[in-house]
Amino acid sequence: MEKDTASIDPVEIIDDTSVKPFRVDFPQESIDDLRRRITTARWPSKELVEDASQGVQSKMLQELARYWATEYDFGRVTARLNALPQFTTEIDGVTVRFIHVKSAHENALPLIMTHGWPGSVIELLETIGPLTDPTAHGGNAEDAFDLVLPSIPGYGLSAQPTQLGWDPGRVARAWAELMRRLGYRRYVAQGGDQGASVTDAMARQAPDGLVGIHLSLLSAFPTDVGAAIFGGLLPVGLFKRIVIDVLAHHAKKKDPAALEAAAAVFKRGYIVEMPEHPQTIGYALTDTPVGLAAWMLDHDADSYTKISRAFLDGQPSGGLTREAVVDNMTLYWLTNTATSSARLYWEQFRAIFASIASGEKPPKLSLPVAFTVFPGELFQPPREWAEKAYPNLIYFNEVDKGGHFAAWEEPELFTAELRAAFRSLR
Amino acid sequence: MTEDIRHFQVDVPQEELDDLRRRVAAVRWPDRELVDDRSQGVQLATIRALADHWATHDWRRVEARLQALPQFVTEIDGVDIHFIHVRSDHDGALPVVVTHGWPGSIIEQLKIIGPLTDPAAHGASAADAFDVVIPSLPGHGFSGKPTERGWDPIRIARAWVVLMERLGYTRYVAQGGDWGNAVTEQMALLRPKGLIGIHTNMPATIPSEIAAALATGDTPEGLTGDEKYAWDQLDFFYKHGLAYAQEMGNRPQTLYAIEDSPIGLAAWMLDHDAASLDLITRVFEGASEGLTKDDVLDNVTLYWLTRTGVSSARLYWESKLAFFAPKGVDLPTGVSAFPDEIYTAPRSWAEKAYPNLIHYNRLPKGGHFAAWEQPQALSEEVRTSFRTLR
Repeated sequence: MEKDTASIDPVEIIDDTSVKPFRVDFPQESIDDLRRRITTARWPSKELVEDASQGVQSKMLQELARYWATEYDFGRVTARLNALPQFTTEIDGVTVRFIHVKSAHENALPLIMTHGWPGSVIELLETIGPLTDPTAHGGNAEDAFDLVLPSIPGYGLSAQPTQLGWDPGRVARAWAELMRRLGYRRYVAQGGDQGASVTDAMARQAPDGLVGIHLSLLSAFPTDVGAAIFGGLLPVGLFKRIVIDVLAHHAKKKDPAALEAAAAVFKRGYIVEMPEHPQTIGYALTDTPVGLAAWMLDHDADSYTKISRAFLDGQPSGGLTREAVVDNMTLYWLTNTATSSARLYWEQFRAIFASIASGEKPPKLSLPVAFTVFPGELFQPPREWAEKAYPNLIYFNEVDKGGHFAAWEEPELFTAELRAAFRSLR
Repeated sequence: MTEDIRHFQVDVPQEELDDLRRRVAAVRWPDRELVDDRSQGVQLATIRALADHWATHDWRRVEARLQALPQFVTEIDGVDIHFIHVRSDHDGALPVVVTHGWPGSIIEQLKIIGPLTDPAAHGASAADAFDVVIPSLPGHGFSGKPTERGWDPIRIARAWVVLMERLGYTRYVAQGGDWGNAVTEQMALLRPKGLIGIHTNMPATIPSEIAAALATGDTPEGLTGDEKYAWDQLDFFYKHGLAYAQEMGNRPQTLYAIEDSPIGLAAWMLDHDAASLDLITRVFEGASEGLTKDDVLDNVTLYWLTRTGVSSARLYWESKLAFFAPKGVDLPTGVSAFPDEIYTAPRSWAEKAYPNLIHYNRLPKGGHFAAWEQPQALSEEVRTSFRTLR
């Protein structure tokens, strides 16, 4: 017996909770291969319309490809990330990598922010300065945050799960463990897109230490809105054209603009393909950088229009610059995460439908919730929806700039929202 | 505009074939799916086996097979329409225009040319002979790619009527599945002089009350056995099988990836419907089925070499037709219901959808690609359907 335990210590192997520094390093041959693939891309015939109604436009994507292959500095991603304190730790069997920037100010409020799809930590980088060092960015020392920016498993620099089950709820549990491991006993969380799903789940799980959240996308529809969109009328898993019909039907009756905008989300193919067969689309996206770029660009009309202006007219919208957009695509490509990132949707939908099938309601959420409505986000929920979804709504504000990638596009405004949202929780 | 009918020969430059082979060899793979079934899509083992086979696939064999057939191109409504045209040696052969679907092509139809044009050599009667016209849909295969909007199944149907007229046929029938069915039904609705009947292996028959029930997911009461079988198939399809159509119907141009990655194109095409993916998976595991590895790759390679991944997807964007809703076709109609089709139309639904139903049969075997997978059975269905119309 003694010999057995001496030869191997399973506890130590399984429970390695150490947090170690991490630096990004992409092999030059991967970068050369990427550039070669961009320059040898084979293009389809031009779309038959003069707008984006058939998808990403040829002119736009060809200009992006030209920029990516000939002007873009491939060292940017590595340089930007390695300029920041990055760490790695294993949680629940997956290696989680994260950026961790502590504020120099006393009593900074720890904040964990979660990116979405087709985002990554890249979309959050420009908020690091304003959030952690407010006095250098027009804020007060008492608005300072200690910032934790993890990559969702399957995204960016975190490892790709090799087993099922990594839905937003499991990511949320991992984040609570991460904050515990970092020694934070009182913290807040923020997210948009899939980050909102993760952050919503964290608040429902209400781990020790989490005192409030901020969201920029309403992922939890209030009961009656959810019923109008999904509940009652829809069987488990039915999420396709029929959803659109149902949405259109209800849109005539209540809050037409918001419901129609929500319905439009489901007319995007990605929102159906990735939950249904992430592996199938994954083969194509993994093998062609321009194909991956197009898929990522087609997330929503507002961000596509803005990014098009950056490439075709030289007029980026805020932080959605050519180089930043391509940084994000380069990160997806070099980490080979097109398929693994799509699987989050498969996991998420499976979890939602399992929950509907079981008849169980998601845990009540009583933690304080703050919400900012950005005008270009997928849809603009009225305050009433947010109040119904989150009875303890401590902050609700509609701002005049920014879209789906609010932190990326308008980092100063986004930061101002977080400062205001969390002020009462300090 | 010219009404000339020109001879057509397939001749793909060697550099295109070399480029394809190079791209397949240089493919970058994702990790394996996290499940042991096809619930996350095409499995890595299947597509890797396909890639291995592609390395040895001989496109020149396909070319030779096509060169052996009389092929033509003619411009209709501004688009070059490619078609195979094989006349029967038998007097009194009935002309039939056979239309493929997506992700199909003329490759799907090659195996029925012999049985239809030369029935005597295939165990059938000379009296059942057909002259066969097999066009490539606009934006598909060797037909031109439309450069303007509007090429939906209705416009294609009009073009096919012109094609048959131009070939001098004054009394003919039409056949199809998938988009081929949509085009064939629209031809029937146009009621062109000369079209005397249709045959479909993917009929549009879903009654409105069933369509409404599919929207709620509540299984209707009182379904017969065949109706319940169809209901279960449709319920599955609407829940788990529509994503590709959703993407192509709304954002076809965004699929740049399938134009730049042969493996990505292959995976996208394999994932059409669960039963055919099951079949093709078995084929690449080495099972002997109605389709061979070469069959599958002949078709994918045709899409690749003709650069029609995105242009073919646009048909979904163009079409505003409900795919399975009855359209009011009252010409004589034959229906063949294959068990592994997206849904196996029950006779009761077919009778309502096609008041002039001249033939109905439930086949014991076969799926979405009936002509390709079960050419003898499909040929016999076509013969039987149209026998009374001769």
